[in-house]
Amino acid sequence: MKARVHVMLKDGVLDPQGEAVRHALGGLGFGGVEKVRQGKVIELDLADGTTEDTVREMCDKLLANTVIESYQIEMS
Amino acid sequence: MRAAVVVFPGSNCDRDLAVAFREAGCQVEMVWHKDTALPSGIDIVGIPGGFSFGDYLRCGAIAANSPICAEIKAHANRGGFVLGICNGFQVLTETKLLPGALLRNAGLKYICRTVPLTVGTSDSIYTAGYEAGQQIGIPIAHHDGNYTASDEVVAQLTGEDRIAFRYADNPNGSTADIAGILSENRRVLGMMPHPERAADAKHGGTDGKAMFTSIASALAAA
Repeated sequence: MKARVHVMLKDGVLDPQGEAVRHALGGLGFGGVEKVRQGKVIELDLADGTTEDTVREMCDKLLANTVIESYQIEMS
Repeated sequence: MRAAVVVFPGSNCDRDLAVAFREAGCQVEMVWHKDTALPSGIDIVGIPGGFSFGDYLRCGAIAANSPICAEIKAHANRGGFVLGICNGFQVLTETKLLPGALLRNAGLKYICRTVPLTVGTSDSIYTAGYEAGQQIGIPIAHHDGNYTASDEVVAQLTGEDRIAFRYADNPNGSTADIAGILSENRRVLGMMPHPERAADAKHGGTDGKAMFTSIASALAAA
């Protein structure tokens, strides 16, 4: 089984990389890009039976820094 | 007085930090990240700058979960002293020994130069050799030094006089110009600037030296 973890900076935390990407898109002539937030996706191949709670524990302990980041888990 | 300097894969200021401690009169032991105990009788643990574990995932995140960090947390919780510089500060926020987090610099550039700092408080063994309000020049060398914390945390740090150093000319976007902070018991200091790189005349500056001499004299007297 697999889990996909999306980690994003929390709303309100300045994302200078997203901001730089927004500027670059503007420079390429793409108008109307009002905001860009950049995050990361972490894919985990897991032993069968691994629960979402365990993945949540992985997120809280290591994969995300919950001071500045939020995460979403997709199990499949 | 005995200091331990932790070495992670990717640490690159460990020897400089050891030299600064030794020059101030400390006996220094290097400690590997896989060690499961600190040498006995250690007064202060130094977590050096560098790029532990290649800065993978987040700066300091993997180091903060290494075996030695459990021991450093226990040492801090016993009232032990811990000094984290640059990547060491990032490790300290990741271990939650210090509040807040270090984000990418607001200007997105790696910055390597000597910057003016204002000493925020002289009330710690680290800053006792300075006067509050004094301006000193200390090198920075980081890509992720943009300190962030909630308004409540910043108000608490300010109210409890725990902001050890502020940037006089904020280079990286840090909230409230914060360059270094103390723990509640004032025994854990995390700072992005590198005092160990300004501790000898040959470094081009000696403004960081007072930190190590004041640590050594406070701990020798203890």
